[in-house]
Amino acid sequence: MSNDGQPAQDPLIDETQAEQRRSAAARLFDIRRVIGGLFVAYGIIVTLIGIFDSRAEIDKAEGVRINLWAGLAMLVFGLLMLLWQWLRPADPPASNEQQPGA
Amino acid sequence: MDGDGLRLNMNGLDYLILALYFVTVLGVGFAARRAIRTSVDFFLSGRSLPAWVTGLAFVSANLGALEIIGMAANGAQYGVMTVHYYWIGAVPAMVFLGIVMMPFYYGSKVRSVPEYLRLRFNRPTHLLNALSFAVAQVLIAGVNLYALALVMQALLGWPLWTAIVVGAAIVLAYITIGGLSGAIYNEVLQFFVILAGLIPVTVIGLVKVGGWNGLMDAVGDTKLGEAGLHAWQGTGSTANPLGAHWIGIVFGLGFVLSFGYWTTNFAEVQRALSAKNMSAARRTPIIAAYPKLVIPLVTIIPGLVALVTVQGLGAESGDLQYNNAIPLLMRDLLPNGVLGVAVTGLLASFMAGMAANVSGFNTVFTYDIWQAYIRRDRSDEYYLRVGRWATVAAVVIGIGTAFIAAGFSNIMNYIQALFSVFNAPLFATFIIGMFWKRMSALAGFWSLLLGTLVSLSLYLLYKGGVVDFNSDLEESFWGAGLAFVTAVVVAAIITPLTSPKRDEELRGLVYGMGGVDLKGDVLAGDAVWYRSPVLLGLIAVALAALFYIPVF
Repeated sequence: MSNDGQPAQDPLIDETQAEQRRSAAARLFDIRRVIGGLFVAYGIIVTLIGIFDSRAEIDKAEGVRINLWAGLAMLVFGLLMLLWQWLRPADPPASNEQQPGA
Repeated sequence: MDGDGLRLNMNGLDYLILALYFVTVLGVGFAARRAIRTSVDFFLSGRSLPAWVTGLAFVSANLGALEIIGMAANGAQYGVMTVHYYWIGAVPAMVFLGIVMMPFYYGSKVRSVPEYLRLRFNRPTHLLNALSFAVAQVLIAGVNLYALALVMQALLGWPLWTAIVVGAAIVLAYITIGGLSGAIYNEVLQFFVILAGLIPVTVIGLVKVGGWNGLMDAVGDTKLGEAGLHAWQGTGSTANPLGAHWIGIVFGLGFVLSFGYWTTNFAEVQRALSAKNMSAARRTPIIAAYPKLVIPLVTIIPGLVALVTVQGLGAESGDLQYNNAIPLLMRDLLPNGVLGVAVTGLLASFMAGMAANVSGFNTVFTYDIWQAYIRRDRSDEYYLRVGRWATVAAVVIGIGTAFIAAGFSNIMNYIQALFSVFNAPLFATFIIGMFWKRMSALAGFWSLLLGTLVSLSLYLLYKGGVVDFNSDLEESFWGAGLAFVTAVVVAAIITPLTSPKRDEELRGLVYGMGGVDLKGDVLAGDAVWYRSPVLLGLIAVALAALFYIPVF
């Protein structure tokens, strides 16, 4: 990394920067799994409600089987999130620790 | 309050959906705890997050329910002109932040926006900004909390204090435990939940009024009339629903107010500072600009649908206020199931807004007030503990201000409007300081102080009835513009009379002084052309301009 352009130094910032070598941020989990999981659960619940919707519910929504459609959409979205995480797992978090602690 | 008029018919499955959300949000907070060992982990997520996460958190931090409910209300009250708040009043400033300002924020390694002022100017400027930011954040957190409680009370019948305490406790738990990572991860989750809640209302609303064309025809027959369908026509004078001239819209809203809010508000910028490298930090607000382009579809359209379908919408008080546009549509159109998702989405947006204020506050309080002025040279663990206690304090004070707001809801709205005007002199000070290396430390202090005093005085004169404007909005245009000009003039007068800062002190902080490395820690994959911040930013601005064409 080129060092010809170091920004101005400040003791308070430098202190914090030095501590960053101990950082545990690499242990952070991947949020895609949580989003995927919650939306799959929502998708299943709402789709099931949609399958058993009565005439009154469909009429309330202007004749649209909104629970069915919204449920299926959320299910697909949740599965896509999980698929994305499976196909492209998070970058190896080493990138953060390779910085010199200048 | 207003009886049971807005009460939703929630059943067990709706509550199951809501409960699942609460459990997930808390789980994210607990799971993020493993990733916290240093203060940077707690306050800035260890500067380790990918751009799509920080970008969605950036937009979500702004999607507080005041924003969603407020923009739907504006849609019903002012019509299509409300898109100005998005396409000219947000997107250009977000792109500017990413392309032009972020290299100085991220490259100088400052831990907060006020800290930039400490390095660029001096400690008095820093303390002034840190204190006003901290006070504003807890007050706004309280307003958010109170608004949350009002909606819970009206929709679900929960007592006001139960809703306030439950909402506060959940936000408190996931930030104290999971730090900024807990807040940001939840914001990303909340972003999707908010959309999942708003899209069904929008779709069914459009079906009900006969699609886009049906909606346009119907709006033409309401009290808004034809004027409610155009963004720019009629802005040659102030005889339009918004009461704003195009000059006011472009310079007041599009330049001073919007740049002031998006580029200097630490509750937003903090999301970008937590990105893993310079490229990701610069792309954060730009990635956020893309959802911002289309969010009006799910706020303004429901507002217009409500205007057309809800008889008598627009009352001064009671259930038929403009602010209830979205809750009224939820009541009328959503069956159980998607109703639960929609209520969860509203709750999620309240939490996202409040969490952004609280996580901005704890960082500024710890790094910029406690460490800089009260207890220096303690261990990093010490400041981490201070940060956790500051979070608790912020939420407790937020509960306090929420109860004050309950007594004086108008006053709290005024306070929020006031702080938005404070951003204008702050932006002026920043932008001059970033591009004019000669600007001295004293000039920075006086620009900020006098600019703020000018906007404050104008606001008080307006509220006191001494000065007259067409609307609150017009006052804020003028207040912000006047404050901006004051800050510029003060800087131009004081700088030549005072000594400049040495060049090496300005490295990485001021344009043309070197010290900014745009490619420093970039990963191989970030160099590809479709991740170029400049290209992505220009496309976002071009889209914003194109989107105006059908509603000109």
